[in-house]
Amino acid sequence: MNPGVITRPLAVLGRASLGALAGLGRLVIFALATVRHMVTPPFYSREFMSALLNVGYLSLPVVGLTAFFTGGALALQIYSGGARFSAEAVVPQIVAIGMVRELGPVLVGLMIAARVTASVAAEIATMKVTEQIDALVTLSTHPMKYLTVPRVLAGLLTVPLLVGIGDIIGIYGGWLVSTQSLGFNPASYMQNTVNFLQPIDVLSSLAKGAVFGFIATLMGCYYGMQSGRGAQGVGAATKSSVVAAAILILAANFLLTQAFFSI
Amino acid sequence: MIELSNVHKSFGSKQILRGVDLNVARGESLVIIGGSGTGKSVTLKCVLGLIMPDQGVIKVDGEDVTQTGDRDAFLAKFGMLFQGGALFDSIPVWQNVAFRLLRGTLKRPRSEAREIAIEKLRRVGLSPDVADQLPAELSGGMQKRVGLARAIAADPEIIFFDEPTTGLDPIMAGVINDLIREIVVEMGATAMTITHDMTSVRAISDTVAMLHGGKIRWSGPVTEMDSGEDPYLQQFITGSADGPIETLR
Repeated sequence: MNPGVITRPLAVLGRASLGALAGLGRLVIFALATVRHMVTPPFYSREFMSALLNVGYLSLPVVGLTAFFTGGALALQIYSGGARFSAEAVVPQIVAIGMVRELGPVLVGLMIAARVTASVAAEIATMKVTEQIDALVTLSTHPMKYLTVPRVLAGLLTVPLLVGIGDIIGIYGGWLVSTQSLGFNPASYMQNTVNFLQPIDVLSSLAKGAVFGFIATLMGCYYGMQSGRGAQGVGAATKSSVVAAAILILAANFLLTQAFFSI
Repeated sequence: MIELSNVHKSFGSKQILRGVDLNVARGESLVIIGGSGTGKSVTLKCVLGLIMPDQGVIKVDGEDVTQTGDRDAFLAKFGMLFQGGALFDSIPVWQNVAFRLLRGTLKRPRSEAREIAIEKLRRVGLSPDVADQLPAELSGGMQKRVGLARAIAADPEIIFFDEPTTGLDPIMAGVINDLIREIVVEMGATAMTITHDMTSVRAISDTVAMLHGGKIRWSGPVTEMDSGEDPYLQQFITGSADGPIETLR
């Protein structure tokens, strides 16, 4: 038997594994360098303010709408599902825990991946393709300090706030549907929600927001900086950044949920 | 002022530079010519430290560029006009020009940086009206001028020009060539230009070096270029399809 029949698939597997490990290594080095540049001057405050606006404030409409409709749909689902074993009354509690612990942070994270990661990756990749990154270096400006740090820091700080707002709007969506069409009393619904939530629920939600904000902006910057040439390179960088951010956010969500709530 | 000795650079299995030797004296304007893909841009980027050479030594003012202690101070010696302008899309023209003056070691008050930017824009033939426009609102020729203004904004000792006339009509190309020559003479700067536009070569250069096959094929004063006997040089400057340079690359 030709020995190549056995060794060739092993070689393909080996090359793929080495490639994946090298990619992971590059990403970890990039993340560590970002953190190092975050704590060492110079700091570019104008770029940071602009990133706060783009990552945080301008994401409010998409986050708000997503949370509102999800909260409303969640109330309807729990009501109809709960009716199978006469547990319709748990709607306020389940909407609250579902939004705050899981759906709020995950949906906001995924929306940020779609809106912010994609735009950051496309912007930085275009800058790379048009030699603007090289121009930054020749103008004595470190691209990581000027482009990556302000965006990642803005993600780290504003996404928890967006998650908090998303949680509130999601609960409001559930409240609106429950009180307008499911016959719940407005005051007692709110009372049940507030009484049921515990500080750890809110804390885990905000912590998830910070991690997801870091991941989403970091992926945009990383894939933008790694972009290949031309329009195809920019397109590929944008696509890869969103896919990587979404998968990492969902994986991190599982790990954080396990860390916060495993019994 | 700039010395390259035996510089090699490969990307994967593709060898781009195979032992480049070059000297540029202070105040000299050197133009590197050569076909597309011969490594002209890679040579410039190696001098700036944007690309690390695999082998060889590059010195600027006697200092090895791969071992510069203060990178900020080293880069402050340079101004560079990029092929496509490489202007920052998100900030207005004056902030592009004054970029170096708004941050880092050369930082000035904002109003002073703006005044310098407007003065430099005027020097390259642009009115102060363009200062608050975004780069995307300007024509290709105006973007080149803004790029030129940015390159000279901090009065660098060395200026690099990467294909300064590519994509411009012949009249605008002539204007940019004249501006480059005037500015280099006026500032007493050392200039390195890469181009395949022979009109630029004659307008800008004191000396010419031809890069081919990853090495300097010919170098000498521009006045001797036309009488140079190297067949590669002659084919290049006459733009002939017949000769030793392969036309399919």
